[in-house]
Amino acid sequence: MVRLADLPQWEQGHLLDKVKDLTGFNDRPWKKPPPLKRCRVAIVTTAGLHRRGDRPFGPSATATDYRVIPGDTPAAELVMSHQSVNFDRSGFQEDHNVVFPIDRLRELAAAGAIKAVADHHYAFMGAAPIRALKAKAVELAGLLKKDKVDAVLLSPV
Amino acid sequence: MGALGHYLEAQGIATTQISLVREHTSAINPPRALFVPFMLGRPFGAPGNAEFQRRVLTAALNLLAVKAGPVLVDWMEDAPAAAGDTGPLACPVTFSRAQGDDLASKFLHEVDELAQWHDLARARRGRTTVGLSGLEMPAAARFVVSYLGAEPQAPWAEGLAAGEALKLACEDLRAYYHEAAAAQPGVPDAAAVRDWYWHDTAAGRVMRELQRVCLASEDPSLRLFGERSLVPRAVEHAVAESST
Repeated sequence: MVRLADLPQWEQGHLLDKVKDLTGFNDRPWKKPPPLKRCRVAIVTTAGLHRRGDRPFGPSATATDYRVIPGDTPAAELVMSHQSVNFDRSGFQEDHNVVFPIDRLRELAAAGAIKAVADHHYAFMGAAPIRALKAKAVELAGLLKKDKVDAVLLSPV
Repeated sequence: MGALGHYLEAQGIATTQISLVREHTSAINPPRALFVPFMLGRPFGAPGNAEFQRRVLTAALNLLAVKAGPVLVDWMEDAPAAAGDTGPLACPVTFSRAQGDDLASKFLHEVDELAQWHDLARARRGRTTVGLSGLEMPAAARFVVSYLGAEPQAPWAEGLAAGEALKLACEDLRAYYHEAAAAQPGVPDAAAVRDWYWHDTAAGRVMRELQRVCLASEDPSLRLFGERSLVPRAVEHAVAESST
């Protein structure tokens, strides 16, 4: 459940108050990818994930960078330093795939539903101001192309 | 999340995304999105349920085949509950050893006594998400309680602001408690563990007291931490309602 109508009024108000900051994306970029069976797919999450020992994400206003998650990173090495405390972490603690479905993606690749899983995946910290993410997103697009990524799965928390 | 869809797509990378707040995604209008009515923090719905996760993932990836967009599709199914879900945490950890009278002593005892449950959780899951601070949990707890007194400890690393250090220590402690609670008999749901941590443990009381200290501090990093990254809004509202 996070249909807005299911939430208490104060939480509805908080979430709706954010809508005013999300307008103005009036361009409609559209890249047609190859058929799914020929797609090499990467995950980009805003869950504030990184490897144990990587620099944690700092306060929201300055956390506009990303962390690299190599595709062979063991689940035991994944930690989360998201600044918000207003979402559930117990699911991730139990099973990283509920946030970062890397094992499910590998299974789809093994079954031939997608062509391959990218060598590198990436994490932002979703509480950062969204327009401040643009420069790093443009930089990231270049890295994804070098990794021959055809499509990105974006996963929030 | 939707902004990244715009930015990457404009650079020639096709994207598809999960949406957890439909109103936000509708406003930002990214190229392809699958709205799922799941709990914030669980974009693929159900931990430990590979079949359900695979279906959600496949539905999101299938949006890559639509011919024109933007497209925002609704996933209509709620996330399944875990097998054996007991709902409220029926039997919180019993803290058996004699405890000091003060809150800090009770907190440190809790951390000590939860160690066996956390060891069990780590063994069963083969992992722990504790580890942001690099501190052992008793040291993290001592670091936190030092800010309730007159002599707060300096952050353990150069360049780390006090508020940033506290954030890492508090996140580790919360994960430690949550993982330890999940190792107990039964499968408490997420809200039950959250309520247990914030309302029934000394740790929860320490964190709320720490928030009061941080909000009154002259250190901007502590004020920011206290305002935004310590106590969940749901807990603040529950505490406010119970005191009226």
